[in-house]
Amino acid sequence: MTQLIHVDVVSAEEHIFSGEAEFIVLPGEMGELGIYPRHTPLITRIRPGSVRIRVAGRDDEELVFVSGGILEVQPDVVTVLADTAIRGHDLDEAKALEAKRLAEEALVEKSASLDYAKASAELASAVAQLAAIQKLRKTLR
Amino acid sequence: MAGSKEIRMKIKSVQNTRKITKAMEMVAASKMRKAQDRMRATRPYGEKIRQVAAHLSTAHPEYQHPYLVQREKVKSVGFILVTSDKGLCGGLNTNVLRQLTQAMKKWENQGAKIELVTIGNKGLSFMQRMGGNVVAQVTQLGDTPHLEKLIGPVKVMLDRYTNGEIDAVYIAYNRFINTMKQEPTIEPLLPLAKGELKDNNNQANTTAWDYIYEPDPKAVIDELMVRYVEALVYQAVTENIASEQSARMVAMKAASDNAGNVIGELQLIYNKSRQAAITKELSEIVGGAAAV
Repeated sequence: MTQLIHVDVVSAEEHIFSGEAEFIVLPGEMGELGIYPRHTPLITRIRPGSVRIRVAGRDDEELVFVSGGILEVQPDVVTVLADTAIRGHDLDEAKALEAKRLAEEALVEKSASLDYAKASAELASAVAQLAAIQKLRKTLR
Repeated sequence: MAGSKEIRMKIKSVQNTRKITKAMEMVAASKMRKAQDRMRATRPYGEKIRQVAAHLSTAHPEYQHPYLVQREKVKSVGFILVTSDKGLCGGLNTNVLRQLTQAMKKWENQGAKIELVTIGNKGLSFMQRMGGNVVAQVTQLGDTPHLEKLIGPVKVMLDRYTNGEIDAVYIAYNRFINTMKQEPTIEPLLPLAKGELKDNNNQANTTAWDYIYEPDPKAVIDELMVRYVEALVYQAVTENIASEQSARMVAMKAASDNAGNVIGELQLIYNKSRQAAITKELSEIVGGAAAV
């Protein structure tokens, strides 16, 4: 009888997979990882990619796409803490800046209305240009 | 007959109001069920990540993550305020805001500075009116909140904490107890309570073992801690949404019931005045006939 390992794939928003497996393949940060039961304890980040789980008693493999996350391996348990979003230092930074900007903008509502005035002026000129082009086309025909 | 038309119109308008509140009640009821499912779906991740963090703290004790270190003097405090985007949900937002203002006052009396991150429209506009120091915000999370939207504002708080600009972070939200009961709650978020990360699994403690870390322990632990805090915030947000929907359902039910009562009363007044008019007319006719 083959040995089995318990696999849990969870993300912050939902529980993705849970069950016994014979073998798991997933994209680790330092390269592709294949995990059999009785693997030595390991903890690593994983890259965006697919996790392939050979579920016990099934011929086909279970495929789960993860956009990164953290993998924890214990001899009889594998836990994949999947991210729901593509992460990266720069991306996170951009999101933080965005949140800050929104707060500042909300405080200085005036700048927003200024932007609106500018945008509507631009829109008006663009509409005028379009109208001119259409007129030109008609006369050319 | 004076007034009867007005009463009829009033009844009509209250009936229309009741239709709307009834519809909102039913919408909230169906959203509530989904929101509760979503709230429960976040629990396994929180559990798992707590377990892994607990393993880590037993397996790798030499690196103390800054989130775990209790600071001696708290000079400034950060609050993450979770509220709903929309109103018409009873005292839900008011309760949490009241509790938060009390907590803020307490900290201010101790001379601590306060910084705020708001999640949701209601909290943001309240804090703007009050002149709170809002450093980051996010609104319009919708009924299905995504963690992606929370990364930014949470990171603002985490960065400020790591840089030492704030010494403690609290989160204020409505804890979902059941459909009828939601509790405004303020919980400490950072530094993380050590007790929470205790490993209940004794077998891990007995033997000395450590993970293989890829690429290195610090990077992995750092990332894990950020995920953990984010998961906690996300959980609070989903609980708040479940609370919002059930509070709205209850509030709208009360509004529909009230509208029903008002309609009943108005109907009675209308009938009485109609009857009075008929009686008056009759007595006038009878009086006229007797005079002839």
